[in-house]
Amino acid sequence: MRGPTFLLNFLKEPVLAVQEFFVLTGNALRNIFRKPHYSDDIVLQMDSIGVGSLQIVFMTGFFSGAVMALQMSRALAQYGQVGKTGSLVSLTLVRELGPVLTAIMVAGRNASGMASELGSMKVTEQIDAMRALGTDPVQKLVTPRLIATSVMLPLLVVIADFVGLFGGWVISSLFLDLTSRQYWTSAWQTLEWNDVLQGLLKPLMFAVVISMIGCFYGLRTTGGTQGVGRSTTQAVVTSTVLIFILDLLITKIFVFQSS
Amino acid sequence: MAEPQTSILRFENVTVRYDEVAAIEDVSFESFEGESRVILGAAGSGKTVLLKTAMGLIKPDSGKVFAFGKNLAAMRERDLFEIRSKIGMLFQEGALFDSMNIEENVAYPLLNQPSIKCPPDQVLPRVEEALKFVELGQTLEKFPSELSGGMRRRAAIARAVVTAPPLILYDSPTAGLDPITAHTIIALLIKERDISHTTTLVVTQRYQDGNLIANFSYNSERGELEPARHGARREFLTVFMVLREGRLVFEGDQDTLESSKDDYISKFVKPRV
Repeated sequence: MRGPTFLLNFLKEPVLAVQEFFVLTGNALRNIFRKPHYSDDIVLQMDSIGVGSLQIVFMTGFFSGAVMALQMSRALAQYGQVGKTGSLVSLTLVRELGPVLTAIMVAGRNASGMASELGSMKVTEQIDAMRALGTDPVQKLVTPRLIATSVMLPLLVVIADFVGLFGGWVISSLFLDLTSRQYWTSAWQTLEWNDVLQGLLKPLMFAVVISMIGCFYGLRTTGGTQGVGRSTTQAVVTSTVLIFILDLLITKIFVFQSS
Repeated sequence: MAEPQTSILRFENVTVRYDEVAAIEDVSFESFEGESRVILGAAGSGKTVLLKTAMGLIKPDSGKVFAFGKNLAAMRERDLFEIRSKIGMLFQEGALFDSMNIEENVAYPLLNQPSIKCPPDQVLPRVEEALKFVELGQTLEKFPSELSGGMRRRAAIARAVVTAPPLILYDSPTAGLDPITAHTIIALLIKERDISHTTTLVVTQRYQDGNLIANFSYNSERGELEPARHGARREFLTVFMVLREGRLVFEGDQDTLESSKDDYISKFVKPRV
């Protein structure tokens, strides 16, 4: 009997955590349609998450596009198809690299920010004070972050895709002797609606994961400043892992549909 | 015949557990209108948990908590907001919102308590009045990080009293403060109690805080505290409670507390002022 009891005790905490996560997510989603709406907080978060992440998204997008162009051209050269570089860069960026790399950057910057901010509020009793003063912390703190991330991440991904394509064009023009027309036509024509849909659906799902994981770990912080540090690390690690898992699932669904 | 006392807060066999360990266990007491209650106890004895349970911030694992006649344990979070609007709370470290300045912090309950309909043009005057009450009239634009520990505590008192709640809970209002600032905070607490006739629960580790609360009153004409043990405040009782490892081990007046022979209880008692 000791074995099953030990197993149950071992599983109790993670199962409870998953349950709490889904309850929090459910409440945050439901609050989108419930009053009061904290529009000021949403705008503030949009600025912090969206505008604040522009620089890293530009950098990541540009260099990933440039590297993709270099790597792909090398592989394509073996088949005499260097002219298709734009096509491969745009497909890889729009379907995979744009959404995933941007989401990871935003997770590193914002999931950690959310976890540390809410964690600090938790350990200094500001969350309790909020409840005591007539505010639902999920409505005031979590829902605005969820909405802001869900709006801004797809936009950031679109920007990252374009900047990445630009990076690929720079490399193609400078080192691959491709004309601009060749590169952009190949990049544009290869894209289908399915790719664009995939490239926009992914960041939307990643946004939910990033914001909810950041807020979840923040709100369950205990143990003072050390606890805040722990929550921050857990938020980044968990959201990054979940981004990859979710990416695989969504890709599988789209591949299955296409076939 | 004496008038029946109005019950403000009642605990009935309340137990709160964390990971199977009782933070408070089988605690029962009743607090009446205008009464002051001083809750003493060592660190980790369950004082803060008791206050948060009284506010409905923590649900008891068993037992009932009645505030203003309503059972908090049976209410949903959203329904608790109305009850909470009648309770002011000073948190241990003040719990002012870092991202807001003092004006926004103090205005917060006026703007966010669903049952408090404060006209927009009345918000600033009430905030100014509350800050003047705690002698922080010049700090509206400052952020909590720009204030000293004592000033933050006073700003938090202003936030707790700005809605004029009939019940105020103070969680260790003097913890970590120097004796002069601690005296100022307790003086403010007595001032609020005596001017607004609020029911007051004060959690503290310092017996001298309880001693001041029990034996001094605020003279609004002279603007200072004066001894009241045998005078004006005798109609309002000050009850002392002592918690030990989550259990209520003493409840009674100051004389009974001081005459207790219990080792744990007598450690909190110091010679009276």
